[in-house]
Amino acid sequence: MSRQLTQQELVDMATGAAIMGTGGGGDPLVGRLLVQQALDTGLTVEIISPEELDDDAFVISTAMMGAPSVVVEKLANGNEAVTSLRKLEAHLGKTADATVPMECGGLNSMIPLLVAARAGIPVVDADGMGRAFPELQMETFGVYGISGSPLVISDEKGHSVLVDTGDDNVRMENFARAVTIQMGGASFIAEYPMSGADLKRTGIPHTLSLASDIGRAIREARAAHADPYAALVGAVQSSIYGYATSLLEGKVVDVERSIVGGFTAGRVTLAPFDDGDLMTIDFRNENVVARRSERVVAIVPDLITVLDLESCTAITTEALRFGQRVRVVAISTPEIMRTPEALQVWGPHAFGIDHPWVPLEELSARDHSHHPWEQPVI
Amino acid sequence: MIIGIDVGGTNTDAVILDNGAVLAATKTTTTPDVTSGITAAVDRLRVMSGADLSSASAVMIGTTHFVNALVEAQRLSPTAVIRLGLPAGAGLPPLVGWPARIITAIAGQAFMVHGGHEFDGRKISDLRPQELLDAVDKALANGAESIAISSIYSPVNAEFELMAEDLITRKYPDVPVTLSHQIGRLGLLERENAAVINAALRALARDISAALTSAVRDLGIDAPLFVSQNDGTVMDLDFTRRYPVNTFASGPTNSMRGAAFLSGLSECVVVDVGGTTTDVGMLQSGYPREAALEVEVEGIRTNFRMPDVLSVGLGGGSRIRDTDGAVTVGPDSVGYRIGTDGRVFGGGTLTATDIAVAAGLAEIGDASLVGDVPDATVKAALVQIRQILENTVDRIRTSNDPVDVVAVGGGSILVPAELACANRVHRPVNFAVANAIGAAIAQVGGEVDRIFGVPAGQREAVLDSAKQEAVDRAIAAGAAPSSIQIVEIDEVPLAYLPGNAVRIRVKAVGDLPLTGGTRS
Repeated sequence: MSRQLTQQELVDMATGAAIMGTGGGGDPLVGRLLVQQALDTGLTVEIISPEELDDDAFVISTAMMGAPSVVVEKLANGNEAVTSLRKLEAHLGKTADATVPMECGGLNSMIPLLVAARAGIPVVDADGMGRAFPELQMETFGVYGISGSPLVISDEKGHSVLVDTGDDNVRMENFARAVTIQMGGASFIAEYPMSGADLKRTGIPHTLSLASDIGRAIREARAAHADPYAALVGAVQSSIYGYATSLLEGKVVDVERSIVGGFTAGRVTLAPFDDGDLMTIDFRNENVVARRSERVVAIVPDLITVLDLESCTAITTEALRFGQRVRVVAISTPEIMRTPEALQVWGPHAFGIDHPWVPLEELSARDHSHHPWEQPVI
Repeated sequence: MIIGIDVGGTNTDAVILDNGAVLAATKTTTTPDVTSGITAAVDRLRVMSGADLSSASAVMIGTTHFVNALVEAQRLSPTAVIRLGLPAGAGLPPLVGWPARIITAIAGQAFMVHGGHEFDGRKISDLRPQELLDAVDKALANGAESIAISSIYSPVNAEFELMAEDLITRKYPDVPVTLSHQIGRLGLLERENAAVINAALRALARDISAALTSAVRDLGIDAPLFVSQNDGTVMDLDFTRRYPVNTFASGPTNSMRGAAFLSGLSECVVVDVGGTTTDVGMLQSGYPREAALEVEVEGIRTNFRMPDVLSVGLGGGSRIRDTDGAVTVGPDSVGYRIGTDGRVFGGGTLTATDIAVAAGLAEIGDASLVGDVPDATVKAALVQIRQILENTVDRIRTSNDPVDVVAVGGGSILVPAELACANRVHRPVNFAVANAIGAAIAQVGGEVDRIFGVPAGQREAVLDSAKQEAVDRAIAAGAAPSSIQIVEIDEVPLAYLPGNAVRIRVKAVGDLPLTGGTRS
């Protein structure tokens, strides 16, 4: 059912989106403040379910592109993404009936809410990544045949560039990335113009709601002095993601980082409190593979998130530091993200990992047979 | 001979330090007007030491005045903030998210005008002098008495903030202007917030500086005055008038540095156990490690330099509960009522102090009043206390190597003689006045914190030029060139930015010529 976004849901959604950012995607805080500011000035955000969308409705995805570290210094004007949306509409000669997130993890969960408020159109409760990924071609929309371009990319001055690469979404990503650098390291895009039917076919449904549900479950559990991790797992279980598990409770004992082609690559090593085997998590902006003494226990595209043990808030890969007390949580992806076509785009090999994708549920079953004393948190 | 004074919320500590030795130390109650407390403390030092204080070479003062003014939302100047960056930033105007009571207390006004830079130093827009001055005119007409200027990416390029200051000062020479790049680092809202807080304290800083000067001069002391900063160095009164926000965390910093000095250590973890909380910080090369993330002050997100201090709910007054053998320690405390509510003082509440007495670790109050506390409760509580301390020390250290731990504070009887992650637990004598000692041993510093483009193979050359710049700044701040050392180098590669952008921070410190040889 369509609903109006409340300040409380916004805060909950930002908490959940940070967790679904799986270590990357940027801190939703600046995005949340932008939307809060819009709500404070009397604007409203209407959230609709994909089922409510007409098949012949016209939908455009909106997002921030570039470095989260830029967005916290060069704060948004607030109209950039709307500019992109309007220019794409003008180019195509069609007016958008709704916008939709391309990425429900991290900062980009928030940008379409701002677009919805400022452009006066609803935002569809769905997205194209189901988490955070680093590049524009990594979207279910593209995986299932939608062209990302024409794409419009804009800055705070209202300057914009139209990128048209036909059905080549990888070239679209390359061109847009180059323009983003020239725009100051962060830009706002409108892309993947599509019909309501296409969105229903290719999008991951109800991911904004899942972020809200995760955030609310954690907030309520903490207020009731209940276990927030059990609440998180519960919220995931009642979604199409279906399965979540706690991989480890322990301490960060080492973090290595390097910059590879504009991305933060590295590895964090964690020691469990129970003196069990060490765990490593490799990241490439986002966390991509978790291993317990060399055995893979969760692997991309399944979600791996490191949470601050006490507050149950997500820690981005950039904020990982020696000594942090953490809980590592993994969340399985829905079927639409696990097909051969999808894994072709964001499976382990896309991140340079020489290991096949194995479903989290299966890895967990193996892991527990190695570690019978570690029970899943349910 | 150096006089160190630390004015805390409750106590004013003072010491005379001569060639690294404590000649006299005293503790008095902080007075509402502050200066009479300082006068009383220094008078006592004079009597205790019999020294001729007029021959003192410097007076170093640590004060909580400024942070208290913000906490109490009192004595703050009406302040306007002008951000340079349009058309960027309009979605989140300055003062967004501030508590209403503080906005009211500073009669906060926010303006946005053109200006700002990109991460690589290109301009977002040109600064428009008339637009800026129009905003200033309007702010002043509406009652502003102090102005904060922030510009996007000013830590990379400060040109527009400096131009704005020049424009304003030429037209209104008496209006204090605070520039964000001199206060905080990257992260516009947080840096801007810190600049606004500083701006709101400028008038108070002028008054306090004058009051401190006359208090010291009235004591017949002509030595120069310095004020403690968050990072453990001192600034002169001219700097204090301009950067009062730099004093916000000088209390914990002075305490840590004083404790380390008394223990003869420069690399250690300091555990300060009070009545309600334990503060734990780490010293590297004698200076506190800085917090890497944003610091919230009175509900306002800021990012100025603060020591990384972990605070946990363990103190002498922490309540001990034993529910069918499940023993908990804190986090609530009887606080200042320990002297009446604690069991060893005849009260009815079991506290951490009672546990220490029951275990024979301390002789406080009447030990017979805790004779009935079950051994199991005492043991379990001691295990809990040890775990809290070990966890906190482990969280603050930067690697798995064992560290030296210095235990100070009224509740430090709770710190066991051995901790899992510690080489040794040191317990300095005289720690009651560690804060004043920390003030007295301070040096002056110079710092560089900028984004550098590092061409391949040029890392060393870039680092060397950053170091030289820090050294030059320390000399400009008054350090004797021969005494200067680099105490901190930090390189952080910036993600998603091309051209090998690296944020480099270098800190150099040195002795004031007149205080040579006072540091161990």
